Amino acid sequence: MPSPILELKNVNTYYGMIHAVKGINMEIEKGEIVALIGSNGAGKSTTLNTIAGLLKPKKGEILYNGKPLVHSSAADIVKMGICLSPEGREVFPDLSVQDNLRLGAFTRKDKAKIAADYEKVYSLFPRLAERKTQVAKTLSGGEQQMLAIGRALMSDPKVLLLDEPSLGLSPNLVMLIFDLIKDIKKLGVTILLVEQNAKMALKTADRAYVLETGRITLEGTGKALLTDDNVRKAYLGNI
Amino acid sequence: MILQQIFDGLTLGIVYALIAVGYSLVFGVLRLVNFAHGATYAFGAHIAMVVIVSANFGLFWGFIASVIVTGLMTMLMDRIALRPLRIKKSKGISALITTIGCSYIIQNTLMIVFGSRSKWFPKIFDYGNFNVGGILVKSTQVGIIAVSVALLLALTYVVHKTKIGLAMRAVQQNSKAASLMGIDVNKVVSFTFFLGGASAAVAGTLISGYYQIVNPQMGFVAGLKAFSAAVLGGIGILHGAVFGGLVVGLAESLAAYYIGGGYRDAVAFIILIAVLIFRPNGLFGKKVIEKV
Ligand SMILES: Nc1ncnc2c1ncn2[C@@H]1O[C@H](COP(=O)(O)OP(=O)(O)OP(=O)(O)O)[C@@H](O)[C@H]1O
Ligand SMILES: [Mg+2]
Repeated sequence: MPSPILELKNVNTYYGMIHAVKGINMEIEKGEIVALIGSNGAGKSTTLNTIAGLLKPKKGEILYNGKPLVHSSAADIVKMGICLSPEGREVFPDLSVQDNLRLGAFTRKDKAKIAADYEKVYSLFPRLAERKTQVAKTLSGGEQQMLAIGRALMSDPKVLLLDEPSLGLSPNLVMLIFDLIKDIKKLGVTILLVEQNAKMALKTADRAYVLETGRITLEGTGKALLTDDNVRKAYLGNI
Repeated sequence: MILQQIFDGLTLGIVYALIAVGYSLVFGVLRLVNFAHGATYAFGAHIAMVVIVSANFGLFWGFIASVIVTGLMTMLMDRIALRPLRIKKSKGISALITTIGCSYIIQNTLMIVFGSRSKWFPKIFDYGNFNVGGILVKSTQVGIIAVSVALLLALTYVVHKTKIGLAMRAVQQNSKAASLMGIDVNKVVSFTFFLGGASAAVAGTLISGYYQIVNPQMGFVAGLKAFSAAVLGGIGILHGAVFGGLVVGLAESLAAYYIGGGYRDAVAFIILIAVLIFRPNGLFGKKVIEKV
């Protein structure tokens, strides 16, 4: 078995006294889509923010290609190839679509490759191409989500962390976003996907983890979890 | 006669604009009013005085040295006194009080090193006076306006056209997202303080060369007036600060002439109070900006 591109070992993250992530272990292989599902407050965003370096774990290790990550700054983690598209989009509201994307490529120096990546992002999201000079706050929610994902792609990530990319989107846009996630995988990017929409996430993911109040309670292939009784009751609403 | 007052007022105003821009830059990035900015302006004037008067190196090198030393001093102030508060996620009021403390530390240091008396500063850009359509135009004023406008244009260019400027705007709008883009937020903050310190240094040197006088307390009133100017335009907004500076300079000059010299300093604060009541976000301000 090849060594995982990203590995979490007994990761514990706190907010002051609140123990939000309680010793989780995860392994993500290169080229996979891995979903992380769980109810509100389970610790999904905390996990992604810890990997991205916005939060520091109190205990445990995060290995990226076998090398420890927890002592690197958020900026350095982006440079190493891990990029987070955060919950709630967090685009730069008063900057144009183009400037938002330019910031995605902030740490990169390879001008030719960056230019090619703009084209790549604009072909993935033609809606953004039509709105290059529009300021981000005037985009619709779905367009802002596309911008957040496109911006993350501009960092040329090896691992893309997506926090609730379908949040607040209409059903057909949700379909579109999940199709795009599969397209991004085809570009060779490894994806860790956090979702409320468990059904779509499990259908899209190769493997998945279920997080409950800071602990991983189940793991398996997306297909297996889709048919798991506990998962069906808790997250899929008895379908 | 009114044209004369307007011209004199605009000369003063463009320098206030230069100081006000420093408040706005730092506020934009940190949502912090840097009350040490006035003292920084006095500090810059003293560095220029050392280089120009004591070391006799001339105005050009006076500017250069003042910009570099003052810029570094403000960066150091942020590094030592303010960054630790950000790391601890202290309340905004702690940083505010810290800047007031720094203001006194800088001012008292100037007093210890240079004494508290006023000292002479040579007149700058002194090539005589001209009469332009009935207005007395001093070459010193022309020089002050030229340097200030050039610097304001340079600052605008940096903020709107360069990569570091893009990073500054990103941090200003969403500092968490900025760090997710790989931007080193601390570096951006340091750079912003440098720009603020540098523009205050130039302003301090220009005003010293205008009134031919330097003293450690000179930053107090100038700093508060420029702060009023920044609030007037909408703090955090660059062109707002420039506009505010011009209005305060103009109002001051007209008030001194029509109401009496005693009202010189008060008028800026009358404007400040009026703005806070009627347009709390400033003339160019949009919604209330809240740091999350
Ligand atoms: N900044 C914070 N300060 C204190 N507690 C926090 C903070 N952020 C999150 N928490 C707590 O940590 C726990 C995990 O939160 P987290 O945001 O990771 O949940 P989540 O699984 O992403 O939930 P959701 O699906 O609602 O986004 C929650 O109990 C939450 O209240
Ligand atoms: Mg979340």
